[in-house]
Amino acid sequence: MTSRVGATLHKIWDSDVAYSFRRSPVVVVAGVTTLLLFLIAIFAPLISPFDPLDLATIDLTNGLLPPAWHPDGNPEFVLGTDEQGRDMLSAIFYGLRLSLFVGFVSVLFAMALGITLGLISGYAGGSVDAVIMRAADVQLTFPAILVALLINGIARGIIGNERFDELAIIVVILAIGLSFWVQYARTVRGSVLVEKNKEYVQAAKVIGLHPLLILFRHILPNVMGPVLVIATINLALAIITEATLSFLGVGLPATTPSLGRLIEEGNRMLQEGKWWIAIMPSIALVILVLSVNLLGDWLRDALNPKLR
Amino acid sequence: MLAFIIRRLFQGIIVMLAVGLVAFSLFNFVGDPINSLVGIDTPLDEREKLREQLGLNDPFPIQFGRFVLNGVQGNFGLSYRMSEPVMRVIGSRLPATVELSLVAAIIALVLGVGMGVFTGLYPRAALSRIFLTVSLIGVSLPTFLTGILLILVFAVWLGVLPSFGRGDVVSFGAWTSGFFTSTGLRALILPAVTLGLFQLTLIMRLVRSEMLEVMRTDYIKFARARGLTDRAINFGHALKNTLVPVITITGLQLGAIIAFSIITETVFSWPGMGQLFIQSVQSVDIPVMATYLVLIALFFVVINLCVDLLYYAVDPRLRFDGSKGGH
Repeated sequence: MTSRVGATLHKIWDSDVAYSFRRSPVVVVAGVTTLLLFLIAIFAPLISPFDPLDLATIDLTNGLLPPAWHPDGNPEFVLGTDEQGRDMLSAIFYGLRLSLFVGFVSVLFAMALGITLGLISGYAGGSVDAVIMRAADVQLTFPAILVALLINGIARGIIGNERFDELAIIVVILAIGLSFWVQYARTVRGSVLVEKNKEYVQAAKVIGLHPLLILFRHILPNVMGPVLVIATINLALAIITEATLSFLGVGLPATTPSLGRLIEEGNRMLQEGKWWIAIMPSIALVILVLSVNLLGDWLRDALNPKLR
Repeated sequence: MLAFIIRRLFQGIIVMLAVGLVAFSLFNFVGDPINSLVGIDTPLDEREKLREQLGLNDPFPIQFGRFVLNGVQGNFGLSYRMSEPVMRVIGSRLPATVELSLVAAIIALVLGVGMGVFTGLYPRAALSRIFLTVSLIGVSLPTFLTGILLILVFAVWLGVLPSFGRGDVVSFGAWTSGFFTSTGLRALILPAVTLGLFQLTLIMRLVRSEMLEVMRTDYIKFARARGLTDRAINFGHALKNTLVPVITITGLQLGAIIAFSIITETVFSWPGMGQLFIQSVQSVDIPVMATYLVLIALFFVVINLCVDLLYYAVDPRLRFDGSKGGH
């Protein structure tokens, strides 16, 4: 058993993709950073020095402490505290967790929606194809952030502003997912148009397999490569979009602050020179986005046969 | 060429109708319009009478037709939040957004093309490396973070530039302008740089990669062999041939600038349309949201049309190819 695992690992280590990963120090740093941030996000409740969501542990007298290296800082709060006395480091850990969660789920949602519509569009052709692709064209003329804002507004109208906060996280995921599906649909549709005339699909048709089975079992695995690249790059975009929505005050509520919300709260204290409340979560956000972006760029080049 | 323009116009109208349909559906499906007009204690039969009066019981196509007709005349009803005609509310916010976007676009275009040409011509120069590093940061920073950082440095620490509002404005009839007062101009700097930075880096990278590609072609080598001046080669031959993709992207980015002004205006409390849109989303002011959507769509369609026409101006190859219907 262990030798088989070892053999598999060895195979992965020797593969082209792994080689191009090892060769670039920037990509290795980005990969390690991303992994580290993922671990922090997953284990946030275990490694945070304080629980930022538990109001009982927060002491107002600790409010607005600068970071520990500042002469007025308190070593107990490494990155300082906000105006309520909340430890910034813990708040950032929890915010990272939320930002990554929303980013991931909304990318998965966009992917599922885009892949399904792209498969149907490419395979069915005709008027179904025309309707889906024209809808995609119209949506593509608008920047994603605008679409997400609009969906957010519609959801508020339907749910009502009073109950919005409870459902905010779902609305944000839906809004981001619905604003990013087009790219997947177009890519998948293009690949399906190529794949559907190949012999293995013809063979599957001749056997009499159900079209849905052909689409998801036979065609889908062959069009996943470019989809994964888009997904990686979109993860960074989704994280930025969530942060922007939260910053604009239409994303996650103050009771469950993501990185964007933390920055927005810090922004209000910026004028008084209390810079760390906004800047510390900003740094976390930039490091996260930058390393995911670098990984995405690398993956795009590594999986592109033209660049080998 | 005429056929091409007419087809593009037709496509634009289709897009506008589709967006109009979305905007119209907002009114119908998000909340009951009657509820926003009358009190809770209005009896049912009175509500029904009002429904009939307002034509809300008419078939869907007739209602939609009426909506389009009103929309074409600039009548989008009353804002729920401010009880004023939507067009007047948006109209009063329009100048601020247009001026901000214009300055941001000029910054992005002039600096973006300039830096792009430089880094394309001298890829190994130290300055090129600095430009590229800065552009990497520009791409990775979300717009609102750029704004916050600029406020922190220039408004809070250095205290040299204002961090919110438009400063003093001069009115020309319905238009208000911040271009003619010193406070207005100073207030414009930080938001415009914030808004333009992302577009600047995008244009710069595009021009750079196009320039690198063009400089390798035979006709540039031939131009050198003919003994043309560097200036004529770099700008007359090389830059001119990079313009088609640059115009496409820049045109699309102009639309993006208007959309991203939502974020910039919120960061800098800039009294424009974007700020109004966010407030409408927060308070579910459907008429304002719908109208903003239609206006933005109109803007995008017009820009796309202009971009298509500009192709013909910069690339003679397309003019002779006209019979095949463009590109």
